[in-house]
Amino acid sequence: MTVTRKIAVTVNGLRREAEVPVRLTLADLLRKKFELTGTHLGCEHGVCGACTVLFDGVSVRACLMLAVQADNHAIETVEGLAAADAPLNDLQQAFSDKHALQCGFCTPGILMTLTEFLRDNPVVSEEDIKIAISGNICRCTGYQPIVEAAMQVVKARQGNPS
Amino acid sequence: MTAKVVGLRVPRLEDRSLLTGRARFVEDIGLPDTLEAAFLRSPHAHAQVRKIDVQAALQVPGVHAVYTMADLRPHLTSDRLVVALPSATIKRSLDRPVLAYDEVCYVGEPIAVVIADDRYIAEDAMALVEVDYDPLPAAVDCRDAVKADAPRAHTNAPDNVVAEFNLKFGDVASAFDGAAAVFKESLRPMRGGSHSMECRGVIANYEVATDQLTVWSSTQTPHSALRLLADLLGRDEGHVRVITPDVGGGFGPKLVFYSEELVTAFAAIALRRPVKWIEDRREHFLSTTQEREQYWDVEIAADNDGRVRGVRGAMVHDHGAYTARGVNVAFEAAQTLTMPYDVPACDLHVRLAVTNKVPVTPVRGAGQPQGVFIMERLLDRVALEMKLDRAEVRARNLIRPEQMPYSKPFKTRGGVPVVIDSGDYPQCQAKALAAASWQDFPQRQAEARAQGRLLGIGIANFVEMTGRGPYEPATVRINTSGKIHVSSSAAAMGQGTKTMLAQIVAEQLGGDMSHIVVTTGDTATSATGFGGFGSRQTVTAGSSAHAAAVKVRDKVLAVAGQLLEVSHQDLEIVGNEIRLKGAAGLKVTFAEVVKASMGTAGFYLPGGLPPGMEATEHVVINDMTYANGTEVATVEVDPDTGAVTILDIVIVHDCGKAINPTIVEGQVIGGVVHGIGNALFEQMLYNDDGQPLTTTLAEYLLPTSTETPRIRVLHHESPTPLNPLGAKGVGEAGVLPTAAAVVSAIENALGQYAVTIRQSPVSPSDIVALIAAARTEPAASAIIDACRPGR
Repeated sequence: MTVTRKIAVTVNGLRREAEVPVRLTLADLLRKKFELTGTHLGCEHGVCGACTVLFDGVSVRACLMLAVQADNHAIETVEGLAAADAPLNDLQQAFSDKHALQCGFCTPGILMTLTEFLRDNPVVSEEDIKIAISGNICRCTGYQPIVEAAMQVVKARQGNPS
Repeated sequence: MTAKVVGLRVPRLEDRSLLTGRARFVEDIGLPDTLEAAFLRSPHAHAQVRKIDVQAALQVPGVHAVYTMADLRPHLTSDRLVVALPSATIKRSLDRPVLAYDEVCYVGEPIAVVIADDRYIAEDAMALVEVDYDPLPAAVDCRDAVKADAPRAHTNAPDNVVAEFNLKFGDVASAFDGAAAVFKESLRPMRGGSHSMECRGVIANYEVATDQLTVWSSTQTPHSALRLLADLLGRDEGHVRVITPDVGGGFGPKLVFYSEELVTAFAAIALRRPVKWIEDRREHFLSTTQEREQYWDVEIAADNDGRVRGVRGAMVHDHGAYTARGVNVAFEAAQTLTMPYDVPACDLHVRLAVTNKVPVTPVRGAGQPQGVFIMERLLDRVALEMKLDRAEVRARNLIRPEQMPYSKPFKTRGGVPVVIDSGDYPQCQAKALAAASWQDFPQRQAEARAQGRLLGIGIANFVEMTGRGPYEPATVRINTSGKIHVSSSAAAMGQGTKTMLAQIVAEQLGGDMSHIVVTTGDTATSATGFGGFGSRQTVTAGSSAHAAAVKVRDKVLAVAGQLLEVSHQDLEIVGNEIRLKGAAGLKVTFAEVVKASMGTAGFYLPGGLPPGMEATEHVVINDMTYANGTEVATVEVDPDTGAVTILDIVIVHDCGKAINPTIVEGQVIGGVVHGIGNALFEQMLYNDDGQPLTTTLAEYLLPTSTETPRIRVLHHESPTPLNPLGAKGVGEAGVLPTAAAVVSAIENALGQYAVTIRQSPVSPSDIVALIAAARTEPAASAIIDACRPGR
């Protein structure tokens, strides 16, 4: 009954192969097959943004894509931002500095959203950041410290650490 | 003498794993050969169950079992989850069945479970379970449910009132008879959910060789889960272990024990395989407890100067379909009403109505936001009608600092007298008014109006009951490696509990948090405890951790003094070393002290002290400690679209001594934003048949970044005398005043239309309708029946 297909996906720079049921979601591919559990599922209907990953550099909801769609594409997840024993990257460090996470469940999705946004938009205002993360729901922080963390990165990358 | 860590904005211990995707939430725990569960849920709000046929589902390849209550019954000590807190006001027990069998009482009630190789297959098979239902009339609106001829939410119940009580004190008749003015209101906070971003979840594993059941659950109360699992499965507690891994938010509903936890554990034992169940968001809407829906008909009596003489009235509380916790949400809503104010008389009659909807238990605030909303709406009415300033009316009624400690004429549910221990309420309000430029607001409002913009300002005071006792244990142990291990039954769900405990322990033991390892919420490391709810863990577990750290510190110094042959009074602990003050060379390390304290066979223990470097404390504090604060909200309202923009929120709050001000601010702001949801967005809707209408995050709206203003938090610190830290709880503070303050501000902005807002949340369409009604029917301000779509 279950139709499967062989796929090859580059995940955080590493080429990986898998044979997957055609109905397997991209999120479940990452979480279950590749054991990259940093990508979280908060709603599984594309609203909360917790499962946001980068697909060929562009943010997507991993709950709304199928694993087979990732065949021959590149995926970046939160695990790719800093190696297990490496220092946090500037955005991650800013989140810690500004208390921009509490339970941390939505955090990976917000980090990936901002990774793309700040890469493409190095000069932004607080309002721009609010709009950029408006597709990610956080129940703990009230968003304000997340915006502050992003602004710290914006300033630091421009050579004006706050 | 001691290090300075408490009170500092130190970085959280929790952050690194969460930021790198290497945290372990329950869904992330992967055990080999794990099976996955899916629960079949009732599609009817109320129905008789005639027959359940699982044969077709069992035939699906990859399905390992399908269980109904008939399959579970022989293996359980009870058909029902007996979890309700004791209360003499409860008229009959309405415990949830483990799985529904003869009757289903809300849409979403679990009725069968499918265990399969994965969730995809389990859901395929679930669609093949055939249930023959005979639909029954449903009790949906709690105001209708209390009527004599209402459909019964449970077929055999004599009525739908599961509990009722009065909160009565003072001479209410005289208070109203002698009043200069009496104002009557009908007010209604609506039903909402907690919506932690991580839904519920559980994974259970059974080891045959050791007869050991291990359950990882996304719960706020691991010890209560342990007891229920042991009781219901007929196992000794020693053969059950409950672990809370990283928890993606709790906000109340995860303190309840649910069927899914028990059934998953049972399946793991029966199938000899790990079994996992992860709730999806739709299930969270259908089966995780909710609250806030209440209907209040109340009146307030005031003197000419706006002094409140008394409050009286009646409230109907939507209890949902079962008693999954007790009467506490309704009880605390009623008690909260008068908390910040010196009100001499009160008489409230409260009825808890059973309805065919998801059971009601605490969601961040636990009834208190409703109590605040009602009182602040009444005070606004007093001010408006008597042409007094809204803040001045409050100032005249607030409990004054010289009245502290202030005894309220009532007791908690547990029979503990309600004595407000400390605080300066007028000062908090004054600070908030100053920060929000309350005095200048009429001028700003007039200037904006001249430009065609409608601005409004609103205010609310609150008192939050925190630190519910009697205790929460903590253990501090220094290992021979020199690492300090802190373990507590306290449950962490994102609120920085580990950091809080580490700061308190580090304060006594060298001040270096990098030496500290914290374990929370694991029943293997603490025999007893309650867990995380009611803004209690810093007060209770924090006090125990402090006491245990002081004991260990005293022993470290005693043993080190013995080793160094100096008086312990001349020693200090710096980092992981114990050294002679003023003599940098003379020192020993934690590791050396601990090894010495373990003893050597045949030799005396150092100092004649008991071996090891460990202390466990259960600091008992029965009295609750009361936090407080004032919030001022400024909004702009577009009368054509009904859109509300929150321009500013200032909250002055007092949680006594803040262990980590950054974490405290995070808690306050997060609570405020939850309150913005309650003020403007969040509403769990049902149709007249009890079918839920909001079951996605696109239908039930949570605040997002673009609706959330910058929230200014100002601290006021009145340390409580009730615990050694001076700390009060803070987890729920922000949510208490926010709906009241925002709604007050909206009403103020719409002053020219003379509308009265009697509900929360208030949506743009509600606002447009209110304005339209006020235009066609001035003075008779309409109530928009928002919970009944289409009306």
